[in-house]
Amino acid sequence: MTVTRDEVLRLARLARLSLADDELPKLEADLSRIVDYVAELGGVDTSEVSDAPRVGPTAAPLRDDEVRAGLPREAALAAAPRVVDGAFAVPEFVDES
Amino acid sequence: MSPLSLPIAELARRVQAGSVTAEAVARESLKAIADRRGLNAFLHVSEHATLEHASALDARRARGETLGPLAGVPIAIKDALCTLDAPTTCGSKILAGWRSPYEATVVSRLRAADALLVGKTNMDEFAMGSSNENSAFGPVKNPWDETRIPGGSSGGSAVAVAAGMTLGALGSDTGGSIRQPAALTGTVGIKPSYGRVSRYGLVAFASSLDQVGPFARDVPSAARILAVIAGHDPRDSTSSAAAVPDYEAACQRDVRGLRVGVPEDYFGPGLDAEVADHVRAAIARLEADGACVVPIAMPHTRHGVATYYVLATAEASSNLARFDGVRFGLREERPGSDLGTLYDATRSAGFGPEVKRRILLGTFVLSAGYYDAYYAQAQRVRALIRRDFERAFAQVDVIATPTSPTAAFPLGERVADPLAMYLADVYTLPASLAGVAALSLPVGRTRSQLPVGLQLIAPAFAEERLLSVAAACERAAP
Repeated sequence: MTVTRDEVLRLARLARLSLADDELPKLEADLSRIVDYVAELGGVDTSEVSDAPRVGPTAAPLRDDEVRAGLPREAALAAAPRVVDGAFAVPEFVDES
Repeated sequence: MSPLSLPIAELARRVQAGSVTAEAVARESLKAIADRRGLNAFLHVSEHATLEHASALDARRARGETLGPLAGVPIAIKDALCTLDAPTTCGSKILAGWRSPYEATVVSRLRAADALLVGKTNMDEFAMGSSNENSAFGPVKNPWDETRIPGGSSGGSAVAVAAGMTLGALGSDTGGSIRQPAALTGTVGIKPSYGRVSRYGLVAFASSLDQVGPFARDVPSAARILAVIAGHDPRDSTSSAAAVPDYEAACQRDVRGLRVGVPEDYFGPGLDAEVADHVRAAIARLEADGACVVPIAMPHTRHGVATYYVLATAEASSNLARFDGVRFGLREERPGSDLGTLYDATRSAGFGPEVKRRILLGTFVLSAGYYDAYYAQAQRVRALIRRDFERAFAQVDVIATPTSPTAAFPLGERVADPLAMYLADVYTLPASLAGVAALSLPVGRTRSQLPVGLQLIAPAFAEERLLSVAAACERAAP
């Protein structure tokens, strides 16, 4: 299939990437070729495997439910680009969704 | 004789006995790193800390303390592993200069074994690549021919060992990122079974596939590093509680009667003839040593590349959402911009072209309307690939294949063609998708003196068997 310019821009919005105009032609071409290539999976007979996809080779064991020390606040904030009053600071925003 | 030419066990023994000082080893390693700076294998060299640590080891020994199994052994760390005393960039501008507030468990374990952690190695950005050309800090060069790639994504770690800068290195392998550079640089590289080694402090790429593993110049040396880093970690719920066997002892066992499966599916079109000859010759030597060679079929091998590039990119698109310019790393903020613009601008400025391409592909295969045809179908095909291995291991003890379809290719050759680059991993991806144990070891040189690797694959948690066969191959080398 052809991954169009609009499709690339839709994916970029979902992935929170702002792409420059000059990045688009190569991304359209590359993604179209890669999607065409991986589309071969559609031709594989998977009727013998269960429908429930298994993510990861093993089931993760549960740990004991006990309280443990986490990362100290100062260490967690040490690499933050901007900190205000012991918290990560971000620009103001209004979520209208 | 330089201490850097010794096997790891012998060097550690000498440092423990005091016949070689850790400080002398540290100086040799740091000098070798400086002499080979042109290879661009290191992103950070911990010169001062390494010398201090070496002196402290020598002082402890002088006081009568017994030093650990990696006493004075210089080891390089892939820059995807978090370290407290050195930056962690993951080969990306988005993490340039970042200092982690915690240390990867595997790094702590090396330190506790008295290894010298000399520095952080170059890699493809976020471990996405097969040539090391996707590093934001320039490509690594192959020491056997500097016009060629060293393989990726753990190229810097492979080159640190291949060029004699260190005796060991840690890499990470999601679809071949330890085995393929090991093959292309003539080193031994192990991708342990999924769950064998803690991933706490490994920057996540594709969490159902990522594993940490060692590089070394010979099989017993790689086995010693693996023994130090393997085992359960309460900080990684995917790490197994299975006991860690004596991997070095496994290297001494012979292979008589072991069944070695050879799948013709791994010897098809695209495989370089010289590589095929060396791999078949190595298998013939195992047979001469008493192993039984058994032809097997692994019919879903050819779907490995497509399956991997759907699943790994889907997982990456989710894992890399954390790089948003808020809590750490790069932040691109313009006056008056809102939070969404900050996210978009930071990620666009911080990620390189291959990372963006994979995030977009992963977003595509998970998006409404495409999820079932791509992501869910790839999961089903993954189950079939896993079943190929289950059926094969009902017949044979290990599987032998080429690691890479070609020897090291020229820098720049595949940069413009992502699909051609992805095909470099065609033989390593299936073992990753199945979660089984695999390694690559050198088995010869092409006429242009480029290393060729043999891949050995064993069932999950059968690293001992893998190491027995690999060590036998190494001993039988002409």
